[in-house]
Amino acid sequence: MARVVVNVPASAKRGEVIEIRTLAGHVMETGFRRTERGVLIPRDIITRFVCTYNGVEIFSAELHPAMAANPLISFTTVATESGALEFRWTGDNGYAVTESAKISVA
Amino acid sequence: MISRRDFLLFSSCVLASSQAAAQLPPNIAALRQAALEEAIRKVVGDAQVRPGKVKLDLPPLIDNGNTVPLSVTVDSPMTEADHVKAIHIFTEKNPQPFVISAHLGPRSGRARISTRARIADTGKVIAIAQLSDGSYWSDTVSVVVTLSACLEDGLI
Repeated sequence: MARVVVNVPASAKRGEVIEIRTLAGHVMETGFRRTERGVLIPRDIITRFVCTYNGVEIFSAELHPAMAANPLISFTTVATESGALEFRWTGDNGYAVTESAKISVA
Repeated sequence: MISRRDFLLFSSCVLASSQAAAQLPPNIAALRQAALEEAIRKVVGDAQVRPGKVKLDLPPLIDNGNTVPLSVTVDSPMTEADHVKAIHIFTEKNPQPFVISAHLGPRSGRARISTRARIADTGKVIAIAQLSDGSYWSDTVSVVVTLSACLEDGLI
């Protein structure tokens, strides 16, 4: 159900700036829309995204209803050492998804 | 055959409703402006926001406001002493002005993020960057939206 995709280069040179792209499959219901019977559809969005690199937080973001559905977030980091990147999305109605990616730094 | 009385009644109704419609947008516009200023105030506090250093990149003409690709680049060396701490994106015409607040640091290497937003209507999009020295810089882009996001709620 909850599908996420992360794009991290498999290997990098030490000190190189790498781009990380993340995509989470989510409707991001704004809470401003109504059904055809006039009932307000409750808000259901991802509110927070955190990325850690070997346990150290390198990027985080607060998301709001004005994010498009299936929120895409792309950012950069310096490849310091080989290890794992952890990604975590949390949101309304107990939404919580984690994903990880490995990187080898030469 | 329409009588003179009916015609006058009808035309006055049409006039009254068109006047009511004409009065609505400025009120909403003022509310939106106040909401935008309050949202920015919440982020920057009493600090002054200066234009410059920030480059907000998004298409000037948007066909579909539901998915608008945008990227923000800040001119910064991203060192321990001088880096971008956060990038905030706001829109002028959305029911809520906030889009995203991203927190960066010296480990980011480059001060650049890209994402996709919903934009409700033709208006301004603002990116504000908070630097490690406590200063705030911004860039504003005016966009034209043909198909707006959240069109059906009648808020726009």
